[in-house]
Amino acid sequence: MSDPAGFGPDLAEVFGPSQSDGGPELVQLLTPEGERVHHPEFDHDFSADELRGLYRDMVLTRRIDVEATALQRHGELGIWAQLLGQEAAQIGAGRALAPQDYVFPTYREHGVAYCRGLDPLKLLGLFRGVDQGSWDPNEANFGLYTIVIGAQTLHATGYAMGLQRDGVVGTGDPGRDAAVIAHFGDGASSQGDVNESFIFAASYNAPVVFFCQNNQWAISEPIERQTRIPLYQRALGFGFPGIRVDGNDVLATYAVTKAALQRAREGNGPSFVEAYTYRMGAHTTTDDPTRYRLNDELEHWKLKDPIERLKVYLRRNGLVDQDFFDALDAEAKELGHHLREGCKALPDPKPLDQFGYVYTEMTEELEAQRAGFEAYLDSFEGSHA
Amino acid sequence: MSTKITLAKGLNMGLRKAMEADDKVLLMGEDVGKLGGVFRITDGLQKDFGEDRVIDSPLAESGIVGTAVGMALRGYRPVVEIQFDGFVYPAYDQIVCQVAKYTFRSQGKVKMPIVIRIPFGGGIGAVEHHSESPEAQFAHTPGLKVVACSNPVDGYWMIQQAIAHDDPVIFLEPKRQYHADKAELDEDAAPEPLFRSRVVRAGDDVTVLAYGPTVKTALKCAEAAESEGRNLEVIDLRTLSPLDMAPVYESVRRTGRCVVTHEAHVNLGMGAELAARITEECFYSLEAPVLRVGAFDTPYPPSRIEEEYLPDLDRVLDAVDRTFGY
Repeated sequence: MSDPAGFGPDLAEVFGPSQSDGGPELVQLLTPEGERVHHPEFDHDFSADELRGLYRDMVLTRRIDVEATALQRHGELGIWAQLLGQEAAQIGAGRALAPQDYVFPTYREHGVAYCRGLDPLKLLGLFRGVDQGSWDPNEANFGLYTIVIGAQTLHATGYAMGLQRDGVVGTGDPGRDAAVIAHFGDGASSQGDVNESFIFAASYNAPVVFFCQNNQWAISEPIERQTRIPLYQRALGFGFPGIRVDGNDVLATYAVTKAALQRAREGNGPSFVEAYTYRMGAHTTTDDPTRYRLNDELEHWKLKDPIERLKVYLRRNGLVDQDFFDALDAEAKELGHHLREGCKALPDPKPLDQFGYVYTEMTEELEAQRAGFEAYLDSFEGSHA
Repeated sequence: MSTKITLAKGLNMGLRKAMEADDKVLLMGEDVGKLGGVFRITDGLQKDFGEDRVIDSPLAESGIVGTAVGMALRGYRPVVEIQFDGFVYPAYDQIVCQVAKYTFRSQGKVKMPIVIRIPFGGGIGAVEHHSESPEAQFAHTPGLKVVACSNPVDGYWMIQQAIAHDDPVIFLEPKRQYHADKAELDEDAAPEPLFRSRVVRAGDDVTVLAYGPTVKTALKCAEAAESEGRNLEVIDLRTLSPLDMAPVYESVRRTGRCVVTHEAHVNLGMGAELAARITEECFYSLEAPVLRVGAFDTPYPPSRIEEEYLPDLDRVLDAVDRTFGY
């Protein structure tokens, strides 16, 4: 029905009724039941090694998350931002990257960090309170975890504008052409910075993929509080394509992200990928989802578990045997051990260290403050300064 | 070579020099390209350096500063223009949470060599949000450096030094001075270091501290006071974070009296910090408390009464007189 005031058709007419299951537009290559399906535009011929690799990545990523959550419960971390349920979205996106691509994460991209080759122990420092990001962003091509929601999408766009100026976009050399991926969530889609990053990226045709993990919840606020239309459809209004992929399907997420990154590297500009997924855990270890969402919903999404569906597929097609699972289990245990022991061994920063990194060189003012603080600390017996 | 230039010209020449010296230097902002900026500070630069290096941005300040962070991570040295002081607030989060902290968070692994140019101060008969003095908000933020130029020669040198500096610099330009006075620029002279204050008029009776637009006011005061037999020493602070206090302490120990003047609000303004530090360091030399002459703690008023609101010669002289009343 047309709007009587002449504004045109109403939302339901354009977008159809709200789709709690992701809707018919959802790109999927592996169903929740583990059936391989095909998509006319986005597909990839996965080798057995690739499939086993993606499965392994997701299992180890979940292990990182489980261990870190346990470490928080044991008082070893102050807080942990859980990714349970989002393993496929992160591994699919992370494995689609070329080495020269650059990632701008939120604070939940543990799976992507793992794909970039970061020792997961390095992720714990921020949550333990011993540092605020311990890796060199330019070594791993992985920015620091960003807590201010959405701020990193602008950094991603600026970095992509830098790539353009360095002449590493659209040269046709696959080892050279680079793109940027900006991670954010459904809540961040309401932020001004995210919308400004869309505008800048569109205006300069910057090689950036906006990768939104729509996990349905921004702490306690459901997706309906952020948007009246499917998020991926917003991209059109900014002038670039958007696509919704089953974020619990690692194959589809990989194929779609790979295509989006390739598009950006070739100089065809930004795109938006909405990975439709679900935050099966709490927002962080301080959160209590039982206060705002029904258990039924969680149970519903458990049936779409990203790891289980690939496991079913691998087994059904005889691509794995018990030795594979045993070896992976041993690897996960070893990783858990590494995290538990490594976390406790992370050195606390020294009180005087804080002065050293405010500027590239300490100012006279800070030197004086540091000296005063040092003398004060030294005035105590058994000083630890 | 020696030429007579305005502040606007000095900044323009300085930007050009910086862009010639380092091809990683990029300019970005609203209307900085073809138009040359609303104050014409970037006049002609896009024509000579191209659209990839002098970038007209969409109209979004957070976007300008946030993308500059990404460019800095890629190895560029972005110089961004905020069109007017009152429009910096949409970028405040990016400046305070990202630009200021990235070096600290990365434990020094990442540099943020970004210059954020802000035309500041009033006196141009503008509508609201075009005449503000937000310097204390940035000087209060660890990780940022804040400087203010007051004259054409400093404009020429300081912008080049700020761009070559590896930390983020909030670069304040007194917009009322852009096209006001000309000064002789000797491009072969050795410039003053960026983070140094400078005694711009020697005197023994009262120390007057100023920066940006109030330096001119303070110098006029010194002239007027001289005819009344008082000899004011005027210091152009130039750097607001870090502060360069050594010349200030040396001066106040000699004069025993100090007046600080700025266009910003007095409450928790730079004058408050200066008064506190001078009191701590020069307590036994002081003949009077440090007095502050700045804006009243009201929002910037409609421009028809701005000259009453801004610290002027009479209000600064009044404070100078009052330092003799203790």
